Amino acid sequence: MIAELGLAALWLAAGLCVLQFLAGAAGARGEEQGALSALVRPAAVVQGALLVIAFACLLRVFAVTDLSVALVAANSHAEKPLIYRISGAWGNHEGSMLLWVTILGLCSALVALFEKRAGQRFIKAALSAQGFVALGFYAFLLLSSNPFERLNPPAATGAGLNPLLQDIGLALHPPTLYAGYVGLSVAFSFVVAGLVTRQAGPELARAMRPWVLGAWIALTLGIAAGSYWAYYELGWGGWWFWDPVENASLMPWLAATALLHSASVLAARDALRTWTIMLGVVAFSMSMVGTFLVRSGILTSVHAFAVDPERGTFILGLLALYIGGAFVLFALRAGALAEGKRFATLSREGALVVNNVMLSAILAVVLLGTLYPLLAEALGTRVSIGPPYYNPVTAVFAVPMLLVLAVGPLLRWKRDNLRRIAIPLVLFAVILSASVTVVVALTGAGVLSTIGLALAALLALASWMPLAGRRIARVPLPLWGSMIAHFGIAVSLAGMASESAFSIERLVAVQPGDRVAVGPYEIRLDAVDPVAGPNWTALEARLTATSGNSEAILRPQARTFTQPQQSTSEAALLTRWNGQLYAIIGDAAGDDRWQLRLWWKPFVTLIWYGALLISLGGMLSLIGHLRNAARRWRIRGQIARRREERGNA
Amino acid sequence: MKRLWLIIPLALFALFLGLAAYQMTQPRDEVVRSAMIGKPLPAFDLPGRDDEAPRVASAMFTDGQPRLLNVWATWCVPCMAEAPQLEALEQRGVPIVGIAIRDEPEAIAQFLSQYGEPYEAIARDDIAEVQLALGSSGVPETFVIDGKGIIRYQHIGDIRPDQVDEIYAEWEAAK
Repeated sequence: MIAELGLAALWLAAGLCVLQFLAGAAGARGEEQGALSALVRPAAVVQGALLVIAFACLLRVFAVTDLSVALVAANSHAEKPLIYRISGAWGNHEGSMLLWVTILGLCSALVALFEKRAGQRFIKAALSAQGFVALGFYAFLLLSSNPFERLNPPAATGAGLNPLLQDIGLALHPPTLYAGYVGLSVAFSFVVAGLVTRQAGPELARAMRPWVLGAWIALTLGIAAGSYWAYYELGWGGWWFWDPVENASLMPWLAATALLHSASVLAARDALRTWTIMLGVVAFSMSMVGTFLVRSGILTSVHAFAVDPERGTFILGLLALYIGGAFVLFALRAGALAEGKRFATLSREGALVVNNVMLSAILAVVLLGTLYPLLAEALGTRVSIGPPYYNPVTAVFAVPMLLVLAVGPLLRWKRDNLRRIAIPLVLFAVILSASVTVVVALTGAGVLSTIGLALAALLALASWMPLAGRRIARVPLPLWGSMIAHFGIAVSLAGMASESAFSIERLVAVQPGDRVAVGPYEIRLDAVDPVAGPNWTALEARLTATSGNSEAILRPQARTFTQPQQSTSEAALLTRWNGQLYAIIGDAAGDDRWQLRLWWKPFVTLIWYGALLISLGGMLSLIGHLRNAARRWRIRGQIARRREERGNA
Repeated sequence: MKRLWLIIPLALFALFLGLAAYQMTQPRDEVVRSAMIGKPLPAFDLPGRDDEAPRVASAMFTDGQPRLLNVWATWCVPCMAEAPQLEALEQRGVPIVGIAIRDEPEAIAQFLSQYGEPYEAIARDDIAEVQLALGSSGVPETFVIDGKGIIRYQHIGDIRPDQVDEIYAEWEAAK
């Protein structure tokens, strides 16, 4: 019954989506007063509510493990803990598509309810575009991947969820990334509306900015969580593999970062119009390209969980329709947009242009690296592209970008003079050269790590420089946000460089009682014992790690899941302020010896703390912008009321 | 000029679509092929099974006799399972050279006494340098090397009883 209710809500929502698209299109053509176009906002709001009902129904059938629903039988199992039964709802293709559509519908509803700044015609065009995007996914869901399909007769037991995905990080990872992708779809709809209604000024940027910011925060958190998951769950000790699936989430982030900065130039200075519009299309296209690459299985990847060529074809079709359509519109219309304001090369705008160009270059590098195996295969050779390509080539663009990042926030809008900021510039040069000297003299770090550590030191200080000469209490929230986010980049960068420069790895085969030294720790294997969990059994090693007077126990496991049968390695992590000890138990090596893989990774956690700071900065900025918008709205309301009163009097 | 610039994103996107659509229509090839096939064996010169045994060098593969090169380790469980198949190959006249990865002479001696000794010679690769140069990602792996020292075939994982004939045929073909 619940499943049928969900399906009915989904079909009704799809119908309202058609209405939203048509009514919006009518409104975009200028029929402001038409009865049809007045329906666009209510359609969007009710659609959002229906989707929430549909998704709640899906959660319900998963929570009670209703095995007469095909999706539950294929992906869940009654013996799983409740949290993983629920997260199983989006741990599969159909459920995750429903989640995607639900978030999309909620965003449409929010736009319909709260977006008041841009003109009526613009909003209707944007909601129409949003409806058009959603329709493709409705078609996908209802025609080829119905999550509520019944199974007759019901299955006796469920097949379970891929045990690698049975993890709290993974329960939250897809919803966060989807929120990011969908947020970019709102920016995309706004950009399309801007092209259709020929509105590409600061008001477009202001309307778009909260969505881009929100999407960007979600993507930052999603990528960080995914990276930490890969780090401790896959048991390879690395935190980023330049795997196609990771790249698929990184590319929209890069585009969103560029878009965020170009949108603030557009909002503040009315410059970079065409460029911002193009980035709006690129950012959303990157999230769709990412989804396509992951789902189609066109690239072989360790992360390919939901591979199906038919679905790939469908997503490719949607991609061609939406992104192809938007680029055609861009080619036709963007030339006719009025040029934005001009600015000198040495100015805040100029620095932000450098940021944008470098981010786009990094995006191109990652995209090329991800697609190159496809291109090479089409030409008859097989290649695989890895860190030896990505690390140095992205660094070529990242290093100048970070240098400009140190200086850019100090520059004035429109035109500036380097002599004005001579003191900070000298200070920066001193810090940079001093930290390079220290790193080279005291450690054996490689070139990239040395540059990384020095840049991190520079940025850690430079990110707070905009405070100079300001009253702390009067610093606007968005500025706090940008400073904290830039500081977060320094923190993350320090973690990355330290991890790559100073990690110590030991691979040993030891008997209980043996000792191994790893970095500052001495590790003793005490015992290896079998243990059992709710749906797995494992061999668990007990390791005692001693360093000075402190002693800690680590328990890495080699797990075997029963439903479905699969073995995984559960790393044991010991987190200290100055780094992490990472232990993996491998196979039995005979003679009661066990393989152990041990790492000491100094300051590795900074990578993720930095990412948290970056998203915290984003949140502060978002709150600041929303508060400003609300204030402006209130003031405009007061003015209107006063005018009315004066008119009456 | 500006108009042209505006078409670039569309053109690049069309290129991507074409490539993706072309790849979607191609049949998937799931077999992993080694990039080393047809290339000469990487040069190496490693210590023998213990400190008394003569060193083992890549030069021994260029005497006109095709051989199997078995990358293994005493601490690897599939290698124990593979031992009878290597014995069978040796009895059919296939010379086998072993490269023991990260191993000790005593462990090697014990392994051989327990699981049999199909090897013509054993080299100790303590830092897995030859394994890496061979593009081998794990143990066990078996390579067929022809009489001129060229890699002809790579078998990943342990040799199962039903695969002995296949390996033998590859060795025959390398003659």
